[in-house]
Amino acid sequence: MTRLNAGLALAWVVMVTAGCVTINIYFPAAAAEKAADRIIDEVWQLREGQAAPATGANTEGAPK
Amino acid sequence: MNPFKMLRRAFVALALVIGTVAFAQGNLEINTPAISTLKQSMQQRHVQLAPLYASGAVGLAADGTVALRDASSVPLAQRGQVNALVAAENADRAALYREIARANGHPEWEAEVRKTFAQRWIERAQPGWWVQGAGGWAVRR
Repeated sequence: MTRLNAGLALAWVVMVTAGCVTINIYFPAAAAEKAADRIIDEVWQLREGQAAPATGANTEGAPK
Repeated sequence: MNPFKMLRRAFVALALVIGTVAFAQGNLEINTPAISTLKQSMQQRHVQLAPLYASGAVGLAADGTVALRDASSVPLAQRGQVNALVAAENADRAALYREIARANGHPEWEAEVRKTFAQRWIERAQPGWWVQGAGGWAVRR
């Protein structure tokens, strides 16, 4: 009985793990898009350019 | 071995596997020395490429590269230099797509990484830049 339980548990872990690996071989499109955007931000230097005026506007607008 | 102990170990192992996979799904690895070097090289080149995008001489192609779209808008004396810029940029981009796929343990993802980048470069292009869509070259609005 003990052996059977342990065997079942092990089989279950192996199956779920295999399932996860199967999922992971598909191309993660959303993650790739995020990665692309982060690299494009840096190469085209978009983030600094947009962040600076926004921060300025926030600090100026805050006291009013 | 105690069956409960065994089961608990199984759960811990499972939690680790799921956690790792979930992380891998959420983010692609892009922080490798090779990728950083490529990014830096492309960032420096962008200073020279930006005016060429704006003038329409160089456009963003549908395959994730840049292309000399209108050679006649570049003075003859500078054409060689622009060609070299385009070639260097495309070499870096090809290496970048390959490195991202490799850094994530799936070299076969290179084509899909390239496709994703091609879409994002074009969608994020500034108004006035030329981009290549399904219907050919058009000015980004």
